[in-house]
Amino acid sequence: MPGFFSQYGSTIAELTLEHLWLTGAAMLCATAIAVPAGVWLTRSPRWAKPVIALANILQTIPSLAMFGFLLPLPWLGERAARIAIVALTAYALLPILRNTYTGIRGIDPAVLEVARALGLTGTQRLFKVELPLATSFILAGLRTATVTCVGIATIAAAVGAGGLGELIFRGVASVDNRLVLAGAIPAALLALAADGGLGLLERWFQPPSQ
Amino acid sequence: MSAAIEFRDLFFSTPQGRLLLDNISLALEEGTTTAILGRSGSGKTTLLRTVNRMVEPTGGAVLVHGQKVREMDIIALRRDIGYVIQETGLFPHFTVERNVGVVPECHGHKSGDRIRRSHDLLATVGLDPKSFAKRHPHQLSGGQRQRVGLARALAGEPKILLMDEPFGALDPLTRAEMQDMLRDLLKRLKKTVLLVTHDLDEALYLADRIVLLDQGRLVVDIPASEFLASTQPEVQQYVNAFRRGARNAQAGDDQPLPATSPAEGGYAPEEGGYK
Repeated sequence: MPGFFSQYGSTIAELTLEHLWLTGAAMLCATAIAVPAGVWLTRSPRWAKPVIALANILQTIPSLAMFGFLLPLPWLGERAARIAIVALTAYALLPILRNTYTGIRGIDPAVLEVARALGLTGTQRLFKVELPLATSFILAGLRTATVTCVGIATIAAAVGAGGLGELIFRGVASVDNRLVLAGAIPAALLALAADGGLGLLERWFQPPSQ
Repeated sequence: MSAAIEFRDLFFSTPQGRLLLDNISLALEEGTTTAILGRSGSGKTTLLRTVNRMVEPTGGAVLVHGQKVREMDIIALRRDIGYVIQETGLFPHFTVERNVGVVPECHGHKSGDRIRRSHDLLATVGLDPKSFAKRHPHQLSGGQRQRVGLARALAGEPKILLMDEPFGALDPLTRAEMQDMLRDLLKRLKKTVLLVTHDLDEALYLADRIVLLDQGRLVVDIPASEFLASTQPEVQQYVNAFRRGARNAQAGDDQPLPATSPAEGGYAPEEGGYK
């Protein structure tokens, strides 16, 4: 075993960082799209059903097929990491979008009414009242999305995007369980760390009365 | 005295066509308190909410200090009008101090000024700033929450206060304390108050005028001191319905008393009160 680690230790570390980069970049992109979209849906609720349904459909596409669909696209297909980030972003949209929407819609109507009646502008209501009160919900969505995407990111190795999936695929091809575990265990640990860390953050941002 | 608030031929109907306000014309004098009474669904809250444009009327006009509210900047209008509701609507993630200072905060006042103003207002509504300023709303009792809600409504130094059943959820003793505090406060601050309430006693105790609405129509607009003596059937009906418990206890029997008829133990104004 020490021989295995001296041989693969640096590769595992490098691929873990790559895995983190792919997942982190996708989470940033998904948050940048889904939070404003969720806020917009609270202002135009008649769009909520179709938009959330669309995000739902994206999530049902098998991950390997999604990577395959994106491969021939210009610009995206030039670099595997781009394909991986776009695909992971698509998977992360639904939980963040849905939780942003339900988080804001779930705020006590009396609080929103008073915010309007006291003369807070739309922007002030959003940043002083709605987003702070919905933050724990949004973080719960981000947490679900992150844990899911840490797992899906292992498939990205199939299109050459790197990450811990590379060790798993290599292990499967050479029937070497040590390599499979060298990819699977850090991926599982990353998912657990993201779950724990974001869970703590979620509790931290919970409004005091809840 | 000029009218601080004026409703001119006001109509409001829902998109489904239900008429909630039916040709209301009413003027509220500067510095007076007007209570609006009426059944649930009679249009009391809708009328109140037209003043700060939380509801836009479908006909007629609302004027504040002689200016049509429809032509005023909605944010400036709302910041100049205090608003207190039964549920308080305190921001749960803000401390008491920040809740009270939210209007000055939106005006861009400096932190020190806001805190000083919040503390002054907390003291005004009978809460010690030292022990309450840093608490969150969930750490307060119902009465304390209402006091904070009132302090917040006063923070923008409004000339007009809109109060929608502010003490409706409180127990009778706390409600009485709050009414005393409010009465004393209004005497000192000289605000124009529009108070929606179900509680006749509260209306008689706090208001200079009482307005009775029925199915969106203005039935009565008279000085509070004349309300009990009014011979108008709608007023008698309201008074009788309100005083059934007291009459029943005085009568000392188990027979249910009529809710609406002045006969047989009901309100008899020509004889000076209750039989």
